[in-house]
Amino acid sequence: MVLLLFIALPAAADGSSDGLVRKYREALKDASPGELYVLMGEELFHAKRGPKKASLERCDFGLGPGVLKGAYAQLPRYFADTDKVEDVESRLASCMTALQGYSAAQLPRHGYGDARMGDFLRLAVYVAWQSNGMKLAPPLGHPKELDAYRIGELLFYRRAGSHDFSCATCHAASGKRVRLQRLTNLADPKDAQHGFPTWPAYRPVAGDVHTMQLWIGACMYQIRHPQLVFASEASIALQVYMAQQAAGGVIAVPGVKR
Amino acid sequence: MKLRALLVVLAAGCATPAGEAEYRARAEAAVKSAFAGGDPVILARVLKQDDAQRLCSEHRDSPPAAIAGSMMAAQRAAIAYPASGRLMGDWRQGKRIAEDTGGMRFGDKPGPPNGGNCYACHQLARAEIVHGTLGPSLLGYGKAHGAGEAAQREAYERIYSPQAFTACSAMPRFGHNGVLTPDQVAHLVALLLDPASEVNR
Repeated sequence: MVLLLFIALPAAADGSSDGLVRKYREALKDASPGELYVLMGEELFHAKRGPKKASLERCDFGLGPGVLKGAYAQLPRYFADTDKVEDVESRLASCMTALQGYSAAQLPRHGYGDARMGDFLRLAVYVAWQSNGMKLAPPLGHPKELDAYRIGELLFYRRAGSHDFSCATCHAASGKRVRLQRLTNLADPKDAQHGFPTWPAYRPVAGDVHTMQLWIGACMYQIRHPQLVFASEASIALQVYMAQQAAGGVIAVPGVKR
Repeated sequence: MKLRALLVVLAAGCATPAGEAEYRARAEAAVKSAFAGGDPVILARVLKQDDAQRLCSEHRDSPPAAIAGSMMAAQRAAIAYPASGRLMGDWRQGKRIAEDTGGMRFGDKPGPPNGGNCYACHQLARAEIVHGTLGPSLLGYGKAHGAGEAAQREAYERIYSPQAFTACSAMPRFGHNGVLTPDQVAHLVALLLDPASEVNR
């Protein structure tokens, strides 16, 4: 399995990478390095950690304290205890603060490129993995969830910066590529249902598992935006919008991306 | 999903124009907090949209014809040309600019020269198979358009400010936004038009 981490994607002779990525996924099907993250996440989840020497076993992901099965399929969602809409990582951060006593300074400042993300990636995959095979069905009934959706939609189409880019520049048309990277059309539910619920995903190019929040941060880097603040309102709102677009898609994590 | 969509439509339908403006203000505040403490030069540009960016955002890149017309006219009036007056530079330098993926991301060395990263979206040379498809293939562009003065001017202006031709084009306004200098744009014109360039071989 360790060897697999170092397999590079061969160059596509026909200029299309889809077939190769599909083959690569099949080769990794039963032994994806991403599966290791599930195991590491499980260990972290049950370990007594932080100033309060407590585990995350009482963390409520929306279906009750300690209920993990199906919880990820309904994220992001509103949480009354924090009075915020939270995704899987920001919920983990809330539980690490409340249950384990971590301070804000011990949590990641940014998703992308922040070494403190390591635990979150593992924990997030572990939580998400327990919704595998279920349909994504994030709630939209709370006013703050609806607010997040509308703000996220505006942000998706907001062009800014030196290169005039928005999310929609790359993710609002079907069958397009940047270099050899196939782009998910998030404006089209059919494509969104395929692309979104396979995050968190293992990325051979990075040799790491990335969550959606971290991946949005990577997009911000490419579209010439600044470092995205971890668990910021915008990072959650964008995910609420994307999750609604992708609702009904079947969760299959950790996915394998390029 | 249908019920969700309906909920959103209902909420949108009930919202007054003031509601829309309020969401826009909240989205702008969310941008501010999302990037707090980030690279200050990049942050300043991302916070402050120019008219084209603001209108394209509001109209989701499909502005009505009347607005699109005045947007394109404003972009056209702002095009600047190289001091030398030469719109076609050296295709080999253009090739390097097209291949250069860097510049203006956080962590990049600040200041010019920046890259064009043209292959991210366009096919340009037969030998380079790692190219994107967000923009049209430009293979053989010079063969189709020639290298005359009119072709040079059009290629220059299209790279300098694509929104002078198509309001809300997905392509960055490389010259207008100061990503590439007028001389760099002229080198890219040569890459496209010079018969010796790999684009036309």
